[in-house]
Amino acid sequence: MPVSSPQLTPGASASAAGGASPVSHATLANGMQIVTIPDRRTPVVTHMVWYKNGSADDPIGKSGIAHFLEHLMFKGTKLHPQGAFSNMVSELGGQENAFTGYDYTAYFQRIGKEHLRTLMRFEADRMTNLQLTDEIVYPEREVVLEERRMRVDNDPGAQLDEALQASLFAHHPYGTPIIGWNHEIEALSREDALDYYRRFYTPENAILIVAGDVEAEEVRALAEETYGKIAARAEPPLRSRPQEPPSRAERLVTLTDEKVEQPAHERIFVVPSYRTAAPGEAEALELLAHILGGGPASALYESLVGEEKLAVSVGAYYMGSALDDTRFYVFATPAEDVDLPRLDAALDKALADFQSRELPEADLRRAKTRLVADAIYARDNQVSLARWYGEALATGLGVADVQEWSDRIDAVQGSAIQDAARKWLEKKRSVTGFLLPKETAA
Amino acid sequence: MTAHNTLPRPASRAENVQRVVTPAGVEAWLVESHAVPLVALEFAVDGGSSQDPAGKEGLATLMGGLLDEGAGPYDSRAFHREVEDLAVHVGFGADRDQLSGHFQTLTRNLDAGFELLGLALNAPRFDADDVARVRGQIAAGIKRDANDPDAMAAKAFRQLAFPGHVYGRATRGELETIEGLERADCQALHAKLLSRKSLKVAVVGAIDAATLSKKLDALFGGWPLESRLEAVPEIEMANVGRREIVELDVPQSSFRFGRGGIGRRDPDYFAAVVVNHILGGGAFTSRFFNEVREKRGLAYSVYSQLHDFRHCAALFGGAATKNERAGETLEVVEAQCRLLGAEGPSADELDKAKKYLTGSYALRFDTSTKIASQLVRLQLDGEEPSYLDERNAKIDAVTLEHARAAGKRLLGDGRLLVSVVGKPEGIA
Repeated sequence: MPVSSPQLTPGASASAAGGASPVSHATLANGMQIVTIPDRRTPVVTHMVWYKNGSADDPIGKSGIAHFLEHLMFKGTKLHPQGAFSNMVSELGGQENAFTGYDYTAYFQRIGKEHLRTLMRFEADRMTNLQLTDEIVYPEREVVLEERRMRVDNDPGAQLDEALQASLFAHHPYGTPIIGWNHEIEALSREDALDYYRRFYTPENAILIVAGDVEAEEVRALAEETYGKIAARAEPPLRSRPQEPPSRAERLVTLTDEKVEQPAHERIFVVPSYRTAAPGEAEALELLAHILGGGPASALYESLVGEEKLAVSVGAYYMGSALDDTRFYVFATPAEDVDLPRLDAALDKALADFQSRELPEADLRRAKTRLVADAIYARDNQVSLARWYGEALATGLGVADVQEWSDRIDAVQGSAIQDAARKWLEKKRSVTGFLLPKETAA
Repeated sequence: MTAHNTLPRPASRAENVQRVVTPAGVEAWLVESHAVPLVALEFAVDGGSSQDPAGKEGLATLMGGLLDEGAGPYDSRAFHREVEDLAVHVGFGADRDQLSGHFQTLTRNLDAGFELLGLALNAPRFDADDVARVRGQIAAGIKRDANDPDAMAAKAFRQLAFPGHVYGRATRGELETIEGLERADCQALHAKLLSRKSLKVAVVGAIDAATLSKKLDALFGGWPLESRLEAVPEIEMANVGRREIVELDVPQSSFRFGRGGIGRRDPDYFAAVVVNHILGGGAFTSRFFNEVREKRGLAYSVYSQLHDFRHCAALFGGAATKNERAGETLEVVEAQCRLLGAEGPSADELDKAKKYLTGSYALRFDTSTKIASQLVRLQLDGEEPSYLDERNAKIDAVTLEHARAAGKRLLGDGRLLVSVVGKPEGIA
């Protein structure tokens, strides 16, 4: 289930993160981008390397390879064999992890600021010198299969979500799960991983984000010393995915499982992303998600939960950071004794009502207040800031897009939000999911 | 050898903590910082779900969930809209031993934000419609987890670990116990828990002591000084050595396991922290990680952690493995517990664990909310701000001898209470 959290990025005000110097952007000679986000309040840094590739770039028939490679990146290089990287981070008092999305793969550590050079040396080393053997690869493939079992095979709700994505994106690779389909994970090999690694793990395809107790010049100098030594291979790969044709048919996907005791309703629409949208449109969608279902003061919550008592909870979420056209979620938990078709019809009516009436000025103001304020709260959290810049730059946006986000949100007219609702939240652009217990009363 | 980096000692954290004591006698720890225009406040009081009356399990969770659902002149809808208009963050929750609150406001709405928090704390409405709605939300959550293997493993574990004790109950209750909870129940628990007796408050952000003092008295000054909590007996984990299998038709078996732990006040505590880190606390470096995941590919997640309840110290852990290899995972987990208990860590393991634990302490203090949470935690543990500067020395002081002795005490013969949900093969 997606978490309903707004697309948060720092505002354009003079003092950015932690009241320190503003965010800066540079590019090394080999094409690697560097973003520095100073926050001098505590002697800690967040060091992240984002590669501009994700599961949507997995070759056909090899779903899950981006994610599998992410796991294998911890398995050692010539210079630092298996375990050395993690032991180094741990000994220096750092914490690390990595994640794979549809459009990016990122590796990060949080550590005392004095260790930044060491992290860069190790991270630069595994960008080009990864060494894999079958003895290392096969147990890790088992780990990925256990991860899939934990996240999906043990969870009917997650299985429904997989089916929904596959229906929504019948053509575009966003319809394929990030972790991969089971039968394809089982066949992934060392060569598959290394092919993918050589294609995408290059400096020109990478973005360095450093947030915390640092200044731009210091970060650039350290980056030159480490990442700067890696020769560019070529131009970054052009990511050209098969695009989803416009949908003409509304779809209903049902999953029934004896383990389900709490039915659930989910609807997903295909909508433009920050990158593919017309000017102002993504910001309108962002506000629309918040106004419709961004919490207990939202329109759908007030009507479906508060007034009609057909749901115990309802939310909406716009997944704006994507390279291609993306997802707009509406999800609801039915009240006791309310069957899903009834809730579904009520949602249709609530959306139609929203599309037909004028958006009250107070609701617009309230939504803008919250989104712009949350951007200020974000300045308190270097990890959040680093992630938002990373997501933006890895999905075709620039630093300025992030810095000016609050202003663009503020500038959205009520009519633009209504236009977005009418144009994009058409049922034929969507898939609806029902999660049902085995025996449903007639 | 306890060598670590020879950098200058970091500035004192304790020096940044002001103890604010109000005219009414309310105390809060304050870290004043004007770098970001916000204020974060965290607080806790003793009680939590262990104070739920018998048959009314889930009450603390319900009551906490209703504090931000309408207060004073604001009904639920108006309250939620006001929260958005002021752009504050406010929420409350209960665990077994505490009721806690979380609040953030931008400085531009400081006065109005604190006023709203005050209403939530001191004049919650508990309107019948809202009680029913939040009850429904909690019920939906219970149903959602009813056949979730990990939730089931946790439930089976706590029922066996704490039989006949409040710790064996679900914090959010069961469907049968929350069904009958009404407004009067919430009011009664509210009056019972919100007292100054055990109140701990921490504030971080753009506010000075004088201003905060006034706010604190407005928020908490009216609370009763005494409290009449039900006594909760001390308990040691029961059924250690027992294996409980709960059949569920899923491809992966979920484990929870544990035995008695070592508490914060115990002279062996820091040695136990180090031993636990080596066993299964280190994300990518522990024995569990290396033996279960790295070498054998048995699990994606396998871990151990020390947990200090108010009335019980415990060592907990978990893992999840496909049914066919479930027995193998349990064997490896138990073997590692026996081995570490019998022989203790190596000097190298000890050195590396201490470096991690001391070096990573700073990572707990990088956002205002995290700092405030840490300061509340310290107060709940009965510590002074100086702990912030002394804690690393306590970790550093753990010797190999002490770690071995603590390992023996903590892990003993390596027996565990184990619950496993799925269709595990190879487990007797």
